[in-house]
Amino acid sequence: MSMAAEERSVRAPWALTAPALILFVGVLLIPLAMTVMLSFHDWGQYKGIEPVFILKNWHEIATDPYYAEMFWRTFRIAILTTLLTALLGAPEAYILNRMSGRWKSFFLLVILGPLLISVVARTLGWALLFGGNNGLVNKLLMSLGAIRSPIPFMFTETGMVVALAHVMMPFMVLSVWAALQRLDPQIENAAMSLGAGPVTIIRRIIMPQIMPGVLSGAIIVFSLSASAFATPAIIGGRRLKVAATLAYDEFLNTLNWPLGAAVATLLLVALVLIVVGSNALIERRYAEVFR
Amino acid sequence: MAYLELVRVAKQFGAQTVVDDFSLSVGKGEFISFLGPSGCGKTTTLQMIAGFLDPSRGAIRLEGKDLTAIHPAKRGLGIVFQSYALFPHMTAAENVAFGLDMRNVPRGERAERVRSALAMVGLAGFEDRHPRRMSGGQQQRVALARALVIKPSVLLLDEPLSNLDAKLREEMQIELRQIQRTIGTTTILVTHDQNEAMSLSDRIVVMSQGKIEQIGTPQETYEKPASAFVSQFLGKTNDFAGTIDRTVSPAQLVAGSWSAPAPAGLSGPVTLSIRPERIGFGDAGLDAKIITRIFQGNHWLFQCESECGPAIVIRQNDGKAQPAEGEAVRLTWRPEDMSMRARTGA
Repeated sequence: MSMAAEERSVRAPWALTAPALILFVGVLLIPLAMTVMLSFHDWGQYKGIEPVFILKNWHEIATDPYYAEMFWRTFRIAILTTLLTALLGAPEAYILNRMSGRWKSFFLLVILGPLLISVVARTLGWALLFGGNNGLVNKLLMSLGAIRSPIPFMFTETGMVVALAHVMMPFMVLSVWAALQRLDPQIENAAMSLGAGPVTIIRRIIMPQIMPGVLSGAIIVFSLSASAFATPAIIGGRRLKVAATLAYDEFLNTLNWPLGAAVATLLLVALVLIVVGSNALIERRYAEVFR
Repeated sequence: MAYLELVRVAKQFGAQTVVDDFSLSVGKGEFISFLGPSGCGKTTTLQMIAGFLDPSRGAIRLEGKDLTAIHPAKRGLGIVFQSYALFPHMTAAENVAFGLDMRNVPRGERAERVRSALAMVGLAGFEDRHPRRMSGGQQQRVALARALVIKPSVLLLDEPLSNLDAKLREEMQIELRQIQRTIGTTTILVTHDQNEAMSLSDRIVVMSQGKIEQIGTPQETYEKPASAFVSQFLGKTNDFAGTIDRTVSPAQLVAGSWSAPAPAGLSGPVTLSIRPERIGFGDAGLDAKIITRIFQGNHWLFQCESECGPAIVIRQNDGKAQPAEGEAVRLTWRPEDMSMRARTGA
C-alpha cells in the first residue's frame, strides 16, 4: 500500500464518524464535563454560585450520613426492583415463548403495552389504586373488612419497588426473550430423551443458557431504576428521596446547583462502575454461551 | 420375533392426517431407514417412537411392552437430532455425561463410559471443548456419543448427516455403519437422501404422504419398486408406456418398436420402468435419438428422445466407442430388468 493510500485509510474512519462525534462531544461530553466542574464550585444562600475550586460539596456528601442513607436507599430500591423483575420476568418470558402463535403475539403486546404509556400516567395509576384511604383497592378491601387501615403504598420503598418493577418489566422480558430465541428448539427434547424431568430441564439446561439474558436485562433494569426520576418523585415524593429526586430538588428548589451536580456526578460514576464491572464479570463467566 | 413393533400407527393434526396406517416390525439389531421427501411423515413417526408426539391411533411396542404408556424421559432411547441439540454451556464430556448423570451412574464408572464413548466416535482428547468451538462433524460425533453412552434400546437418528458437506457425510456414513455393526444397537434413521438410506440400512421404509409405499432391502426397493413413486424416488428411472396384446398368440408386450413376449398376469395398457444403467444400445429395440451425451468419468450419461418420450441411458466407460450426439440408436433391455405395472387413465 502506498503512503498516501495508507494515510487516507487512517483518515477515512475519522472523517466518516466526525458528524456523530461532534454531536456526541457537543451535547454529551461538554455538558458532562461542565457538570463535574460545577460540583467543585461554591454556593451560598445570598452570594449564589462562585466559580472557585473547593471540595465543600464532596466533603458534605462524604460526611453527612443523610447522603449515605439516600444513596443506599437508591441502590437498595434498584437492586430489589431488579430482583423482582428477574424473578417475574424470566418465567414470564419462558411461558410466553412456549405459547402458540396468536396468544404469543397478544401477550407480547400486553407486556410491551406499558412502554406505550407515559411513566407518569402509569405511576399515577398505582397511586389511584393504593393511595391512602381513597385508593380503589384500599377502599374495597376495607369495605370488605379484609384490612382495618389502608395498605401503606405511597411514600414507602415497597411502593416504589412495585411501581418501578412494573415500569421496568418489559426490558427484562425482552432481554430474556432474546436469549430464549437463541435456544435450539429441540434442546428440551434432547434433555428429555436422556432422562431429564421438567425441573431438571429448566434448572440444568434452560437456566444456564438464558442466564446471560437475565443478567443483561438486570443491568438495564438496575441502571434505569437507580437513575429513575418520575416514579420515585410521585410515589416517594419529598419524604423518600433518591439520588435523582435529590439532585432535582437541589437544582430547582434549593438552587444549590453545585451540590446537585455533585450528587448527579456521584450517581453517574457509581452506575458506570457497577454496570461496566458486572458486564465484564458476565462476559467472562458466560464466554461459552455468548460465543 | 419383533423387537420394536409399530401397529397401524396414525397421527392427525386437526383434520390433516400426517401419518396413516403405519405398520412395521423391526428385529433386534436391525438398521432401518425411513426414506421419503419432506412432509412425508417420517420425522413425525420418529417423534412418536421417541414420545415427543402421541399417536392418534395404533400401538407402538418395544419387546412386547406398550411404549406409548411410558414417559419419553423413561423410554431409554438414544436420539440424535438434525441440529444435534447439544447443550452449549457444557463441554463435550459434560454433554455425554448428562444421560449417565440422570441415571445416577457412579462417578468413576461415568467418567470411564464418557471417555470410551468419545473415543468410539473418534473424539478422544476433545473432552473439555465446548460445542460452539467444534466443527459440524465433531458436534455430530458428540451428539452420537451422547445418544449411545446410555446404551439405548433403540437409536433414533433424525437426518443426522444433512448438515454436513458431501465428503464428510460419506465418511460419517461409513463410520456410523461400523459403529452400529460393532455395538449392535437397533437403529432407525430418518432421511430424505436415498444414497444414505441405501448404503446404511438393512431395510428401507419408503414413505410418501404419510403412507408406507414399500418396505424392503435396499436392493429390493431399487430393483423391484412397488410403485411409481418408489422407482422415481430411489434413483433415476425411465417410464415407458406399453401395451400387452393378448389377442395375438403368443401374447406380446409392446412399447413403441420394442417388443417381447408378454408375461402372465397383466393385460392392456401398462407402464414399464427400466433403470438407465440397464438399457443398452442394440440392433433392434425402441427407436431413439441421442440429444446430449455427458462424460462423467466412470460412465457416460445419454439423454435420448425415444418413441415413448424422453429416456436416460447410463453406460459404463469400458473403453468402447459410444454413439455420438444426434445419432439414431435403438434401446434394448432384458425383460427381467424392467418392472411393470398397470397404467390407469389410458
